[in-house]
Amino acid sequence: MRFFLTSVIKIIPVLFIISFIVFFLVRLTGDPVSLMLPETATDQQREDLRNSMGLNDPVYIQYLNYMADVVRGNFGDSYKYNEPALEIVLERLPASFTLAISSMVVATLIAVPAGIYSAIKRNTFIDVVITGSSVLGKAMPNFWLGIMLILLFAVHISIFPVSGSGTIMHLVLPSITLGTAIAAEMTRLIRSSMLEVLGAEYIRTARSKGLLETVVVNKHALRNALIPVVTIMALQTATLIGGTLITETVFSWPGMGQLLVQAVNARDMAIVQAATFIIAILVILSNLMADLTYRYLDPRIKYDD
Amino acid sequence: MVTKTEQPNEQALDVNNHSAKTSSSQSKKWIKQLLKSKTGTVGLLIVVSVILMAIFADLIVPHSHSETNVADRLIPPFWMDGGSSEYILGTDNLGRDILSRIIIGSQVSLLVGISSVIVAGAIGLSLGLISGYYGKWIDQVIMRLVDSFLAIPNILFMLIILAVIGTSLPAIILVLGVTTWVIYARMVRSETLSIKERDYVKSARAIGANDMRIISKYILPNVISSFIVIATLNVATTIILESSLSFLGLGIQSPDVSWGLMLSDGRDYLATSWWVATFPGLAITITVLGIIFLGDWLRDVLDPKTK
Repeated sequence: MRFFLTSVIKIIPVLFIISFIVFFLVRLTGDPVSLMLPETATDQQREDLRNSMGLNDPVYIQYLNYMADVVRGNFGDSYKYNEPALEIVLERLPASFTLAISSMVVATLIAVPAGIYSAIKRNTFIDVVITGSSVLGKAMPNFWLGIMLILLFAVHISIFPVSGSGTIMHLVLPSITLGTAIAAEMTRLIRSSMLEVLGAEYIRTARSKGLLETVVVNKHALRNALIPVVTIMALQTATLIGGTLITETVFSWPGMGQLLVQAVNARDMAIVQAATFIIAILVILSNLMADLTYRYLDPRIKYDD
Repeated sequence: MVTKTEQPNEQALDVNNHSAKTSSSQSKKWIKQLLKSKTGTVGLLIVVSVILMAIFADLIVPHSHSETNVADRLIPPFWMDGGSSEYILGTDNLGRDILSRIIIGSQVSLLVGISSVIVAGAIGLSLGLISGYYGKWIDQVIMRLVDSFLAIPNILFMLIILAVIGTSLPAIILVLGVTTWVIYARMVRSETLSIKERDYVKSARAIGANDMRIISKYILPNVISSFIVIATLNVATTIILESSLSFLGLGIQSPDVSWGLMLSDGRDYLATSWWVATFPGLAITITVLGIIFLGDWLRDVLDPKTK
């Protein structure tokens, strides 16, 4: 409980720093008035709008007003869609969740068997192939893999649609693209975690009891080996969301990532702010969950701070 | 009791042996170790070739990388029907030679990759040393800053900053550096935390060495090998990040050439001309693979404990 409280307290300054960074970046983009008014607007009209938006107030007042808005979930309207930015972002969230979850499924389906197998068959040909593929997976830029998959399975052999959404078929290529990127890291983690666990005393005990090797591996070793893997993967949420930015752009998947990339390119800062806050909160919460699960699964863990 | 007194003696002998070796035999040992590792050798070969390619790019390009030639647009690689030995890897939609563009593009990838790692490494190393050595409130401040940076995906952070300050080569290097220092800071901090408790640091403090001297003479030399390993591997990461930025439209801009930008251009011609997007991607993959191999080998040699 004490740990939970200190973790939550640590989140507050982090959110402040993020709000600070976002506020200053958005202020630096230049005068929003020039984007909002037509070219023909008079200087007086511009000045009036600036006054009514509070842009002539001292910076710290502007920051306080801004924070008051942020706490209420008001990030302003998107000038492109003329709707509250937060609503637009939240509308896109389910599509991104779908992609993220199916990518994690793909990653797990690849990484768990591959990681276990390469650990059991350490230093054999199969281990070299699996370890080699996971290094290759890390070396390939994710968007290039996506493009190559489109080239092979949508252009040459038209099994899957090139881009868009709507059917389960649309989900396959994006999930494989993002999933293999995650699987590369996950396989390596599972392999090294399995190797460590397989050398432990209790595994020797289990074997000396005469248990079948499959029971030893799947029941005794895997369960313990997965503890660090689960938490490290939860800590990768930021990377996963970063990956959706690119994958969604490659496949025109209508999620938050694609929206964000478009908003950044169009300098639609209201959407950029809203999405950045949502992402930061998601990442912070999942990191907190990771810490808590880790402590729950392995009570031996003690944190000094 | 006997074993306890013997152990330090053995260690002392070992240390003496070690320092007796000249530095040239040390580097011979490294080269021997490198050649023993197949992947390390391959990695070194790839990295050295890419560096040479970037340095001598202007001398070895078969064609101009920027000259457009509409008559020769979208010519396939030489082994395909319609291909010509003049354009070994084919041409893009504006008739520019893809091989020449890949050769010139290596300059941007290496320049951005290496210089942004220097920027990030300098920030991360200093903040990590300060955070780990001084502890207390300054550690709290730096660690909360680290947490904040970790809560925003790197690529998003970069996109926002570049949208605000505009894209140019120095801006891209700076942004990559400013958003990726966290990994160094965390590593250096945790190493510093354990090193500062060691006896030799305590005795240095006891004889009156000041903080600056302790950090530079006793702590820095002990974190530097892990630091070099992580920095090497991060050149690979930043090369991929730069290509992603260029792909998303906020990285290198035409008429400059970058592998990510070439890939982005090629995406529109996938249905008819696969080679335009394929070869730049291969160039990135091979380069990054070489750096990872080299970095892993460096880890084995310099920093065996973190394997």
